[in-house]
Amino acid sequence: MNGNFPKDHEFLLPVSGIFIGISLLISLLLNWLPWGGFWLALKPDFTALVLLYWCTHKPYRVGIGIAWAVGILADVADASLFGQHALAYAVLAFGGIVLHRRVQMFDLRQQTLQIFPLLLLAYVIYAAIHWQVRGYIAWEYFIGCLVSTLLWIPLTILLQILRRPRANSNPL
Amino acid sequence: MSMDHTQSFRFFNRGPSQVVRLTFFSLLSLLLLFIDARYKFLEVARSALSVPVQSVQKMATWPSVLWQEAGDFLVVQSTLIDNNEQLQLQHLQDAAQLQQLQTLQEENRHLHKLLQVQQEASYPMHLAKIAYVEHDIFNRKLLLTKDEQANVQTGQVVIDSSGVVGQVTRIYPLLNEVTLITDKDHAVPVQVLRNGLRAIVFGSGDLSELSLRYMPMNSDILEGDTLVTSGIDGTYPPGLPVATINKIERDPAYPFARIRCTPIAGVDKHRYLLILTGLPKLAKRPETTSAVSDEKSTKITHSNP
Repeated sequence: MNGNFPKDHEFLLPVSGIFIGISLLISLLLNWLPWGGFWLALKPDFTALVLLYWCTHKPYRVGIGIAWAVGILADVADASLFGQHALAYAVLAFGGIVLHRRVQMFDLRQQTLQIFPLLLLAYVIYAAIHWQVRGYIAWEYFIGCLVSTLLWIPLTILLQILRRPRANSNPL
Repeated sequence: MSMDHTQSFRFFNRGPSQVVRLTFFSLLSLLLLFIDARYKFLEVARSALSVPVQSVQKMATWPSVLWQEAGDFLVVQSTLIDNNEQLQLQHLQDAAQLQQLQTLQEENRHLHKLLQVQQEASYPMHLAKIAYVEHDIFNRKLLLTKDEQANVQTGQVVIDSSGVVGQVTRIYPLLNEVTLITDKDHAVPVQVLRNGLRAIVFGSGDLSELSLRYMPMNSDILEGDTLVTSGIDGTYPPGLPVATINKIERDPAYPFARIRCTPIAGVDKHRYLLILTGLPKLAKRPETTSAVSDEKSTKITHSNP
């Protein structure tokens, strides 16, 4: 019984904007680590995951606007076209907000199945823009989508733990 | 909930529906994409945003930098001695070759003078450290540290000790961006060292492969041939090694031979690279229309004397 209404329905601390900002910054840092060679193909998109987490759990705090702004920063960092990440993240955020009630109804394993199409859509948008402008697609890019989906469970657990009240009443 | 609502990041005073927001931001993205792909207006915004972004990116490289430095610090003495010996040997060999080269250069200068051909200048170089390697699977670029004194401009060539690595494509306030020769569809004009055959070598998007396109079936190319820059475009100075031919497929079904090459330079290997600064500019290409009219006028003058 408990499996159907998991951690989301427990008591969590109100989320401060600073906490959201730091989580997004850390996700960007993880994305910007110097990944290379074999690991580059496996690289998950941490930023997309964290954005999706906040859009599904706090849809009134993190919305399409923030996702878009983060996308612009990612575009500068990756030297991709302006708007390439931004469009993908905006669509991802929209999907997360539209589906947020449904995602929260499920347990973590079922959530993974729900968020996979959303992440895939964001990846397809990014790759499609690249294909339209430069004329080719690096197919190994989509491996990252699978890895990202698999990381949804650990990431959600981690963020939920950080949001849980502590015994010593020290929130962060 | 309503408290949350007032704090959210929005461009609108009243919360419009999510569909409206999505449409707004999608259109904005598409507009930016279009402008960025076609025009150069956004480069200013990009270089302004690059200052905070690249400082955060630099933070992301700390773990690997620390790892490297710890590795440097903990080198075993025997490795150092081995390394040193190797370098000594290399130095001796290089010195011998350099002597030959100097004689050849002198001879070359003499011949040039005899033939009254313009001297080819040697190029000033500038050492730059690799600050960051792009981690995007679609575009693998390098970001090099910047030195204010060096006059680095877009289009300048980046080499390592063995050959061409790429070209400076963007100047940021803090760093310089280099596009690798292995970047998809990046072209370098080359010639075969053995017989001087001219060709163009293209990047394949894969770090270890280049392809030689538009070479006829019967062209005189062998596996193992070395390709050097021909210098014809005025961007790459002549004579820099680019690639060795790896595999040639001559399939009669296609009009051209399929030729795969391996880049000679360690495109993804080094920590320091050289930027060739101050290359001489070629004379401007004459306009085709004026050339045609010139031809006509000469014809007329020829026919009229």
